[in-house]
Amino acid sequence: MSQFLQFLFSGVTSGAIYALAAIGFAIIYNASTVINFAQGEFIMLGGMFAAALAAAGLPLPVAIVLAVVATGIAGLLVGKLAIEPAKNAEVVTLIIITIGVSLILRGLVQVLLGKGTYPLAPFSGEQPFAVLGATILPQSLWILATTVLIVGALAWFFGRSRSGKAMLATSYNKLAAQLVGVNTRSVLLASFGLSAVLGAIGGILVAPITGASYDSGIMLGLKGFVAATLGGLGSGPGAIVGGLLLGLIEAMTAGYLSSAYKDVVPFVLILLILFFMPSGLFGAKTTDRV
Amino acid sequence: MRFNRAISLSILVLVLLALPFVLPNAYYFDLAIRTAINAIVVIGLNLLIGYTGQISLGHAGFLGIGAYASAILTTRYGLPSVLALLAGAAASGLLALLIARPILRLKGHYLAMATLGLGIIISIVLVNEVALTGGPDGVSVPAFEVMGRAITSERQWYGLIATLLVLTTWLALNLIDSPAGRALQAIHGSETAARVVGVDATSVKVRIFVFSAVFTSIMGSITAHYLAFVTPGLAGFFHSIELVTMVVIGGMASVFGAIVGAVLLTALPQVLATFEGWETVVFGIILVVTMIFLPRGLVPTLALRWRRT
Repeated sequence: MSQFLQFLFSGVTSGAIYALAAIGFAIIYNASTVINFAQGEFIMLGGMFAAALAAAGLPLPVAIVLAVVATGIAGLLVGKLAIEPAKNAEVVTLIIITIGVSLILRGLVQVLLGKGTYPLAPFSGEQPFAVLGATILPQSLWILATTVLIVGALAWFFGRSRSGKAMLATSYNKLAAQLVGVNTRSVLLASFGLSAVLGAIGGILVAPITGASYDSGIMLGLKGFVAATLGGLGSGPGAIVGGLLLGLIEAMTAGYLSSAYKDVVPFVLILLILFFMPSGLFGAKTTDRV
Repeated sequence: MRFNRAISLSILVLVLLALPFVLPNAYYFDLAIRTAINAIVVIGLNLLIGYTGQISLGHAGFLGIGAYASAILTTRYGLPSVLALLAGAAASGLLALLIARPILRLKGHYLAMATLGLGIIISIVLVNEVALTGGPDGVSVPAFEVMGRAITSERQWYGLIATLLVLTTWLALNLIDSPAGRALQAIHGSETAARVVGVDATSVKVRIFVFSAVFTSIMGSITAHYLAFVTPGLAGFFHSIELVTMVVIGGMASVFGAIVGAVLLTALPQVLATFEGWETVVFGIILVVTMIFLPRGLVPTLALRWRRT
């Protein structure tokens, strides 16, 4: 029981990070039907900026805020310089553009901050809590609490605020949104800024547990993509469910079956799901028009 | 059009014939061979992605299956290299056949996700099954034998690969003008419309997917023999992406575009090696800029411009 609980904690913790990444994918996908393969690099940037700034002697909260802002700016730049000019390109062209962007970001960090792994201090100590025979790190609680807060804030943003509704309207029908006066270009930029900020927060939250390095975004990005597809591309609740499901199944596999094959789980899972549900768990069914 | 193709094909043959006389040393021979191998793989992949419009982000997985089948069957079970190659091709074909129907029902990003997943699963298996594959360190592969004669020297390899490249180009050019090739392109245009005019879209997609898997697997075997050593990187996500990038940069739905893409992207890292540390950044910038300004790829864009003037 305590063992199961232990796997559950670690699954929910990584699931929360995957969910944050998946929400980032969903937001950009909704605004532009682009799958942003650079989403993982936003996660990496957040962790690396925070860790490097903290290592340079800045107090942790200051380093965190600066890292989030800097990554957000990077996101805006990516949207403005790489995605906006490519507008109506084919799916595969856009995929290559975002892969190019991820190479640029990863390469820059590698040149400027080196290939080493940067540690980041946990936000409130390393003394684990004992819960029913299992232990949970304070950092895991930070991750869960922050994720819940962010999900709440996003629910308010997309459900109540004017700009959130404008973004949703763009995702339903871009032309119709333009007709009622939504500036869809700024929606595109805002989606990249917002996704970058979410990615950065995820990266900063997880850095005290895993450390941050220039290549830590690759697998996180791919798993975020899996989580987003699992729930159904563009669906917010789908992204959260997909992320948590992915984290849990991964942790259970690593715990009970084989830790060597932990990384294979998301991909087997997504293949099986897509075989039976071609648009994920909560994805919109689409039909072709000729 | 037919005439144009004959000219382009003859130019390719002439270039391939002339190269051995101008390549100064073994390093350039090696580069030429690796470029030609990539070009052959990319022509096959272009039939799937460029002509039929079905994206695959996991094709390096089939390269891996072919390569490891050749490596393992020849060294451990003493199979002749041609038989090992065929066994790998059969395995790839079978796997592709099994998953083709459910995978090719998917569209756009879902298809990208599924093929990406497939490739990653294959490469993780290759890394983890250390007892069989040698794990991340890789395995060595004996020389390739054709009719009892081992191919060893750079020139022999060049002859073999150059011949394969010309054959593949010729076959691909013929295929896309055949009824089957028209069916592929109709599916790219609009699958629903293709069905309306009587194309059995599902069966055509399955066949081209299986064909490209078998083809890629054979090239994987040949790559393994040529390099004499294979590591899981050959089957990895990055290699899949590299292959797709060659297709797109050279030109979707252009056989010669595939060759141009392979030449550029195989040579580019060699050139960029002089940038000392900045090569990833420069490579990324080149990808982004090319895709923004030439979204259809180099060869189709330039061909269009040529015709206009």
